[in-house]
Amino acid sequence: MDKSSRHSRTALAELSELDKKLINLLQRGLPIAERPFLEIAEQLNSSEDEVIERLNHLMTSKVLTRFGPMFDAVCLGGAFTLAALAVPEDRFEEVTEQVNSFDEVAHNYRRTHDFNMWFVVGAESEAEVNQVIDNIEKKTSLPVLNTPKLEEFYVQLYLPA
Amino acid sequence: MSNYTSQPSAQLSPLERQYVLLTQSGLPIVSRPYQHVAEQLKISVAEVLAMTTDLKERGIIRRIAAVPNHYKLGYRFNGMTVWDVKDEHVSEFGKVVGQLPFVSHCYLRPRHLPQWNYNLFAMVHGKTELEVQQYRTQIKDLLENILEVRNDDTDQACQFQSSDMLTSTEILKKTGLRLKR
Repeated sequence: MDKSSRHSRTALAELSELDKKLINLLQRGLPIAERPFLEIAEQLNSSEDEVIERLNHLMTSKVLTRFGPMFDAVCLGGAFTLAALAVPEDRFEEVTEQVNSFDEVAHNYRRTHDFNMWFVVGAESEAEVNQVIDNIEKKTSLPVLNTPKLEEFYVQLYLPA
Repeated sequence: MSNYTSQPSAQLSPLERQYVLLTQSGLPIVSRPYQHVAEQLKISVAEVLAMTTDLKERGIIRRIAAVPNHYKLGYRFNGMTVWDVKDEHVSEFGKVVGQLPFVSHCYLRPRHLPQWNYNLFAMVHGKTELEVQQYRTQIKDLLENILEVRNDDTDQACQFQSSDMLTSTEILKKTGLRLKR
């Protein structure tokens, strides 16, 4: 199944001005307060009820996918790496299944390059991550390009609505 | 060899661990979103708020926020731009590239020569293919003078580019990174 074409078919959401302001504000972050939406409502000249109603609507229509604390996965304990494989085209489907069969593989994307499969491995420890990488090499008979982050310069996805 | 930035469980107390398990899939969008967490943890809402503030100060929580679906907002195009930056400049310029508004992730990663000569990764997002190309050009302008030039005229088989952009054409798997029970 070509999921990229599914993306291009994903309908653009129709958003009111309030929706857009809410999406932008909430991506940046909410104050830590007992009634955070009351504070947001005051900033936007709206009411707490209206803000909650719109946000629930945005969740149901899947414009927003998650609301809550954004945890730093590394701080929660565990080790991660980004890794890649150069998969021969005629083996792509088979190798996708092999790689995805590991629970420790969290994300996997097909990308335009000789290294055409890029995935994130997350496990409890560095040793476990290395073990998973070894096992992926054994299972696929392909050498893994392992590129764990050495330094993080920035991470925050902000997409203005 | 410690090239992973892993830290020992970040010293979560048992109660904090419970908090993470309860909230990692999200909070309800209601007037008092922390009420349910307080009831489950058998502490007051004020204590949940204090715990939240403390976890944020310790960097375990990055922020309390909402995550939009890129595609619903029209961001259908992305590019993983990769750069072969001279080692002595990469930390300084990594920060500069990371500050660009259209860059969502920016990391230093190891090279694996000769298969992979790129050490700086910057992810960009846009509503059109042209927009993403323009972002790539903007990063290129910033890095122009500090990129490695590795091409050796005597060895035609070994040609390196100093940058590239990998576009995702298919999501093969996407699950959250979760703390396990």
